[in-house]
Amino acid sequence: MADTKTKPVQPKQGLLLDIRNLRIEATVYPPGGEAPKTITLVHDVSLTLEKGKVLGLIGESGAGKSTIGLSSMGYGRGGVRITGGEVIFNGRDILKGGKEGFRKLRGREVCYVAQSAAAAFNPAHRLMDQVVEATLLHGTATRAEAEKRAVALFKKLSLPNPETIGERFPHQVSGGQLQRVMTAMALCSEPDLIVFDEPTTALDVTTQIDVLAAIKDAIRDTHVAALYITHDLAVVAQVSDEIMVLRHGRLVEWGGTRQIIKEPRQEYTNALVSVHEIEHQEQKPSATPFLSVKNVTAAYGGGHVKVLKNVSVDIYPGQTLAVVGESGSGKSTLARAITGLLPPEQGSVVFDGRTLGNRLSDRPKEDLRQLQMIYQMADVAMNPRQTVGTIIGRPLEFYFGMNGRERDRRVTELLDEIEMGKGFIDRYPAELSGGQKQRVCIARSLAAKPKLIICDEVTSALDPLVANGILKLLLNLQQVEKVAYLFITHDLATVKSIADSIAVMYRGEVVRYGLKSKVLAPPFDAYTDLLLSSVPQMEIGWLEKAIRGRRMASAGN
Amino acid sequence: MSSPILKLIAQRIALGILLLLAVSVLIFAGTQILPGDVAQAILGQSATPESLANLREQLGLNQPAYIRYFHWLGGVLTGDLGTAMSSGQDIATSIKERLWNTLFLAFWAAIVAIPLAITLGLIAVRYRNGWVDKLISGVALASTSFPEFFIGYLLVYFFAVKWQIFPGISTVYDGMSFLERMQAIALPATALTLVVLAHMMRMTRAAILNVMQSAYVETAELKGLSAFNVIRKHAFPNAIAPIINVIMLNLAYLIVGVVVVEVIFVYPGMGQYLVDHVTKRDVPVVQAVGLIFAAVYISLNIIADIGAIVANPRLRHPK
Amino acid sequence: MLDIKRMPIPALIGIVLTALFVLAAFFAPWIAPHGNGEIVGDVWEPMSATHWLGTDNLGRDLLSRMIYGARITLFIAVLATALSFSLGAILGFSAAVFGGWYDTLLSRLVDLLMSIPTLIMGLVVLSVLPTNLVTLILVMGVLDSTRVYRLSRAVAVDINIMDYVEAAKLRGEGEGWIIFREILPNALSPLISELGLRFIYAVLFLSTLSFLGLGVQPPDADWGGMVKENKDGIVFGIAAALIPAAAIALLAISVNLVADWVLNRTTSLKGGRG
Repeated sequence: MADTKTKPVQPKQGLLLDIRNLRIEATVYPPGGEAPKTITLVHDVSLTLEKGKVLGLIGESGAGKSTIGLSSMGYGRGGVRITGGEVIFNGRDILKGGKEGFRKLRGREVCYVAQSAAAAFNPAHRLMDQVVEATLLHGTATRAEAEKRAVALFKKLSLPNPETIGERFPHQVSGGQLQRVMTAMALCSEPDLIVFDEPTTALDVTTQIDVLAAIKDAIRDTHVAALYITHDLAVVAQVSDEIMVLRHGRLVEWGGTRQIIKEPRQEYTNALVSVHEIEHQEQKPSATPFLSVKNVTAAYGGGHVKVLKNVSVDIYPGQTLAVVGESGSGKSTLARAITGLLPPEQGSVVFDGRTLGNRLSDRPKEDLRQLQMIYQMADVAMNPRQTVGTIIGRPLEFYFGMNGRERDRRVTELLDEIEMGKGFIDRYPAELSGGQKQRVCIARSLAAKPKLIICDEVTSALDPLVANGILKLLLNLQQVEKVAYLFITHDLATVKSIADSIAVMYRGEVVRYGLKSKVLAPPFDAYTDLLLSSVPQMEIGWLEKAIRGRRMASAGN
Repeated sequence: MSSPILKLIAQRIALGILLLLAVSVLIFAGTQILPGDVAQAILGQSATPESLANLREQLGLNQPAYIRYFHWLGGVLTGDLGTAMSSGQDIATSIKERLWNTLFLAFWAAIVAIPLAITLGLIAVRYRNGWVDKLISGVALASTSFPEFFIGYLLVYFFAVKWQIFPGISTVYDGMSFLERMQAIALPATALTLVVLAHMMRMTRAAILNVMQSAYVETAELKGLSAFNVIRKHAFPNAIAPIINVIMLNLAYLIVGVVVVEVIFVYPGMGQYLVDHVTKRDVPVVQAVGLIFAAVYISLNIIADIGAIVANPRLRHPK
Repeated sequence: MLDIKRMPIPALIGIVLTALFVLAAFFAPWIAPHGNGEIVGDVWEPMSATHWLGTDNLGRDLLSRMIYGARITLFIAVLATALSFSLGAILGFSAAVFGGWYDTLLSRLVDLLMSIPTLIMGLVVLSVLPTNLVTLILVMGVLDSTRVYRLSRAVAVDINIMDYVEAAKLRGEGEGWIIFREILPNALSPLISELGLRFIYAVLFLSTLSFLGLGVQPPDADWGGMVKENKDGIVFGIAAALIPAAAIALLAISVNLVADWVLNRTTSLKGGRG
C-alpha cells in the first residue's frame, strides 16, 4: 500500500475519503513553566476509504489513531494541529474550507461516536434533543421527521422503550445503552462517514458484544462508511473491511481484514495478532491448599450492600487461581477480604492450617509478609516521592532488617529478575514507562518472599504487547520463586494464558469453580456461557456466531 | 420541579438556620471570652466601683451567660437589638438607614463587578494562553495582593484630589437625588468593584474552562455548531451552577470589603458603624452588627448552594 | 540545588524583594537614618535629599518609620502565620488519619468558624480583648488556622486513600511511617504554597486591622497603621499614606511570586532532574 503515498493529487472516482500525506503536530506545555514544545503525532500517513466501507484503525496508545480519525472532520483536540497533507472528502479538500467549511461538514457529512458516551452527552439536555440537534442544525429534516428517524434508529439499535427513551436525561440511562444512543445520534443526520472512536472499550465484555452487533447491523443497513478506531484487533476484525495498523504515528501495515489477521506481513502486526498466545501448561493441585477462603460473606456500608456471598476458594502452592468477572461481580472485594482490608462478616480465611485474623491490625508481620499485592494502576501504587531503590528496598528493611550494601545488592538482584537494570535504582516512578512501573511493583512484592501474590487487574491498564510481557514475566517468576498467584481479571484471554484453576464470579457469588480445563469445557452454566461467548475471537464471522448461540441476555440491557 | 429537589432545598435552608443559631452563640461567646470582667475591660482600670456596678447592671452581667444569651436572642428575633452603650440610642433604629446605605453601595458594586468579571473571564478563556489571558491573569494576581485601602486611596488621590472628578468623601443624606447619590458613591463603589473583580474573574475563568474542556462540548463542536451556539446551548447551562457559586462567594467577600471601604470614604454604612463601636468597645452594637454581617454571609452561601442544586440536572431529573 | 541562572525572572524578582524587606526588618536600627519616634522636621514635608520619602503627619522621617514598620509588620505576620500553620496542619493531618468523632468534631467546629467572615469575627473578638501584640497574634493565628486545617485535611484525606498508602498499610507499617514517609512528602507541595498565601493574608489582615485602628497601637506603627496616620493628608494631595500601602502590596506580590515558583518546583516528581 506504499503506492498511495506517491500517487499524484487528483480526484478519484468512488472514493469517499482520501487522506494524503497527513502530518499532525501538537504543542505541549510541560509543567513547571518550561518552554512549550512541539511534537509530531502523525507522520505522513495516507489512507483512502470507499463509500459504504469500514476501515479499522488499530494501534496502541500514542499510535495517533484517534488523531487521524478526527482529522477527517478537520478537528484537533487540545493543541493539536494538522500541519501538512490533504484530507479530500467527497471530492474536496476540507482543510481548505476554513471554519465555515468544517461546520457544514461536521454533523452532516461526518459524525462522531466517542469512547465514553456518558461524558459525551450533555447532562443538561434530554437525549432526543441531542440526537436530532445536528439534523435540525443542518436543516436536512424537520423536527418531526428527525424524531421519527431517531425512534426508528433506537429500535434498530435494540434500545429498550425506543419511543420514550429520548425523553430521558443521559444520567438516567446505562453506559451500554448510551453508547447505542450515541450511535443513533451519529446516524440520525444520515452522514456519509462515521468515526467510531473506541466505542466499546469502556463497556463490560458481555455488554460490548451487544453494542458491537448493533453498530455492525446499523452500518450494514444504512450503507454508511466508517472509520473504526480501537486497540483491540479481535473487535475490529468483526466490523471492518480493511484494517490499518499504526504505531507511533506512522503506518505499519494496511490490508484487507482477512490478510491482516491471517497473514500479517509486518512483525509488529504479527505480534499484535498473536498477543494472547501464551502457552501455559495447567498444573494439577497438590494434596493440600495453603490458603482457603471458607464461606466468606462481606458487605460495605455497615452490612447494607452485600458484595460477597458465601464465597469459598482454595489456592495451592506455586499455582495460579484466576478470579474472573465483570465490574460489580465482587472479585476485587474478594482480594480485600483476603488481605484483611475488608473484614468479612461471616466465614474465614485459613492460611497454613490456621485462621488468619479478620482485620489487618490482628495479623502479625509474618502473615502480612506472606500475602503481597499488586495493583491495577501502578502509577498510584508507588509513592511518587520515593525512588525505585526505596520502593523495592523497604520490604527488605521492614521484613528482613536488611540494610546498606546488603539491601542494595538484593534490590539489584530483584531489578535483574524483572528484566530491568541496576540503572533504575535512583529513578522516580514518574520517570518510568507504564510497563516498567508495573515491573517495579512486582519486584516490591517479590522482595517480601511471599507465598501468595494477589494481582488485581494488573494488566488491564496496559497496552496489549506490554501486558503480554508482564504476563510472561509473572509466569517465569512463578517457576523461579514458586509463588502462587490470585489473579483477578475481567479478561478471559488473560485467564487462559496464566491460570491453573478458575473461579467465575457473578454478582458476589462464585458461579463456577475448578481446574482451568474443566471450567473452560462444556457443559456451561448460563453465565459462564455468556461470558465465554462474549470474548471477541480473532476470526471473521465470530460476532454473528456468538450472537446466534447465546442463551442469556447480558446485564447491560 | 420535583419533590426530592424541594426536600434538598428545605434541608439546606434548615441547615442554614441551624448554622445561624450556632453563629449567634459563637458571636455571643466571642464577646464573653475575656478572662476578667467585661465591665472592667470596657471602663479601664480607673473605673470607680459605682460606675462598674452600674455597667454590670446595664449589661445584665449579674445573670449567668446563658440567660443573657437567650435574652439577647429573644430580642434579636423580635427585632429588638438593644441599646448602644456609648450613645444610649436604639440599635435597630440606627442600623436601619445604615443597612440601606450599605446595601445600596454593595448593590451597585455588584451590578458593575458581576457582568465585568464574567465578560473578562470569558475573554480570558476565549484567548487562553494568549497575551490577553496572561495580562488579565497577571493583573488579577497583582490586585489580589493589594490591600483595600491602597486601591481606595489611589482612587481618592487621583479622582478626587488631582483631577477632582468625584468627591473623596461620600456624604449621603436624606432628600438627595438619585444622581447626587450615585456621584457620592462613585469612588467607593469602584473601589469595592476592584476589590472583588480580580478574584471573581479568576474563578469564573476556571469554572468556564472546566466546562469548555468537557467531552460534551467537543461533541457539540463535532456536530458543526458555531462557537457561539456551543457556548450558548452546551457550555452555558452547565456553567450556571459554578458561576452562581463564584458570584455568591465573592459577594460574601464583598461584604467584608465594605467594612474597609466605608471607613476610607467615611460612608455612613454598617461597616463604619461596626468599626466605630469596636473602638468604643460598645459590645451590644458589635454583637448586633456582627450577627447581621454573618447572616448576610450565610444567606449568600445558602443561595449559592440552592443555585447549584437547582442547576444540577441529575438532581432535577432523578433516575 | 539552586541554580540562579535557571530561575524564572519573576521568581528572582520576588526573592530579591522579599529578601530586601526581611533585611530591612532585621537591621532596622542600623539602616534607618532616624529614630522611629524622632521628630525631624515639619509636618508632611515633601520628598527631599534629607528625607527621601518626606515626613509624616507629626514631622517624623517617613523612610525611617517605614523601615521600623517593616519590622513590626513582618514580626507579627510571621508569628501569626507560624501559629495558624502549625495549629491548622497538625489538627488537619490528625483529623484525616484518625478520622471518627475526632475528625467530625473538629471539622464541624471549623465549618462554624468559617461561616463568619474572618474580619467580622476578628472585630467582634477584638471589641472586648485588650489590644496588645499577643492578642493580635493569637486572634489572627487562630482565625486563620481554619483555612490551613481545611486544606491539610483535604490533602491528607486524598493521599490517605491512594494505593501506595494502602500498600504500606498492607505491609504492616505503623502510623508514624504512614504520616511522615508516605503522606507528608506528597502533601508538602500544596502546603508550602499555602504557607506563602497564608503569610500574605496575615500581612493584609494585620494591615487592615491597624488601618481600622484595632491592630498595632501608637506610638508603634506597622504599615497599615502608618496609612491610618497619614490618610488625612490625601485630601490635601499629600501622598504619604500611599507609600506604606504600596509597600504592603509590593511585599504581597513578591511573596506570591516566590510561592508560585516554589509550588512549580516542588510539584516535579522527577527529583528535579527535569
